[in-house]
Amino acid sequence: MLLDVGRFVHNIAHWKFWLPLLGLTVCPVALRMAASQVPQQSSASPAGQQPPASPAAVPPPGAATPAPLEQIATTPPRAGLNIVVLDPAHGGTDLGARGTGGIHESDIVLEFAAQVRTALESQGFQVVQTRQGNANPSFDDRSAMANAQRGSIFVTLHIASTGTPGTARVYVMNDLAPGADATGLIPWDRAQAPFVSLSRKLGDQIQGLLAQKFKGSPAVAQTASVRQLRTTAAPAIAVEISSVTVEDRAQLDHMAPGIADAIARGAAAFRPAYVVPANPGERP
Amino acid sequence: MMLPRWRWWFLAALFLAVVVAAIYLPILRRNIKQAAKLQQRSEEQARRELTQPTVINPSDPKVKAKLFWASGADDGTVSAVIVELPLASDPVLRSKQVLNTLLAGPVDTELRTLPPDAALLAFYLLPDGTAIADFSEALATSIPSGIESEQMAVDSITKTLEANVPQVRRLKILIHGQEAETLAGHLDLSQAFVVNSNAPIGPRAATSVSPVPVNKAQQLTPAATAVKLAASPDKPAEKP
Repeated sequence: MLLDVGRFVHNIAHWKFWLPLLGLTVCPVALRMAASQVPQQSSASPAGQQPPASPAAVPPPGAATPAPLEQIATTPPRAGLNIVVLDPAHGGTDLGARGTGGIHESDIVLEFAAQVRTALESQGFQVVQTRQGNANPSFDDRSAMANAQRGSIFVTLHIASTGTPGTARVYVMNDLAPGADATGLIPWDRAQAPFVSLSRKLGDQIQGLLAQKFKGSPAVAQTASVRQLRTTAAPAIAVEISSVTVEDRAQLDHMAPGIADAIARGAAAFRPAYVVPANPGERP
Repeated sequence: MMLPRWRWWFLAALFLAVVVAAIYLPILRRNIKQAAKLQQRSEEQARRELTQPTVINPSDPKVKAKLFWASGADDGTVSAVIVELPLASDPVLRSKQVLNTLLAGPVDTELRTLPPDAALLAFYLLPDGTAIADFSEALATSIPSGIESEQMAVDSITKTLEANVPQVRRLKILIHGQEAETLAGHLDLSQAFVVNSNAPIGPRAATSVSPVPVNKAQQLTPAATAVKLAASPDKPAEKP
């Protein structure tokens, strides 16, 4: 009997006894805390096709205490630029520009888009991507994704087959004659017309940052009749990187972080310049 | 340990063969490349002769035409090169002449903006100053894909027309007789490009510079029909 009591006391003193007991006590508390954080994480997640999340719902980095759920639900959405529609060009059977080393534009832009998306999200933007995998939506489908948003900008990514390797250029649409205005609606085939000057501001902002990172790139955005931009009713730019003719694919891969950073910082700097129309489809 | 004499000879012969190969192979490679380039050039020339009828008439007065090819600065710009050409006064014929010369390319082939195998199939000029240029499919399939290269191709065409054919206000590009959404995946071809916004509009504009009599072959072309329509006295001139 005395021996048994001694073994019991010895067992209590040993860590193997306390550890499971500690686990049983701590686990319910941890589970309860995790459950209380789930709604907050989902509101901050940048899911591509979700409706625009309120930036107010995203806790600022380093926030000590998370906002209560009730407060998040009732916070009105911030009226301003908070969505970036990111368009990796081509896809599907349309490979885009093709390099001699088997490099395809459609593949590379998708990988670039992943890095640009991360950089934009770190600036507080919600990102909607026109394609996730090897699909090839039409020009109009891609534009429609931007035109359905309120307070968004549109960035289409391309890799050229010409130009000095290691440089990047931003293109904005040429001036378009505004269409008939009897209904007050923006005509689809000239949807970019009211946004051309805003697109130029955004383009110059991003091109300036690209020129700092990639020597030989122009200092300001250039104009071109890019089909994808014409039907987009938002500040819209095309970013073209040179080029698929590089011998080593790694040369292009090294450019991705710089491109992503320039686009994200340029978009953030453009934010105050863009006064979002009160209703979708209205002119800026 | 001494090697037998035959082995010495063998090694020496082997070494000599390596040295000779190292010298000869690069020369051989260069010669093959040059031969391939010459062959390609002659094929290109033959194709051009077949697809592009010569519209240059030596009796036309020689003028200093401005043709726009790549500037060479690798910045996506085109610059003018002055070429002395016998050009017709008729705007349609003149447009064909300058565009065919543009397609033939500059002396420095690196500055080419249009694919060597592309051809101009037809050219029309409507009374309102809208020109329609129909190019072969090679313009879309052989051009390097990209915004920069496609914009340069269109810039070289529109600026060349602007500099040499003042009657052309706008230009619509067709590919093999069909409307195309883009040139090679980027540049918008569904709209007409502004060439010369100050060009005069109407029949007077199209006929005033056509003193050259239209020969039989031209009368059968759609381009000649367009000019004929423009010359109709019934249609009043539109104001710009």
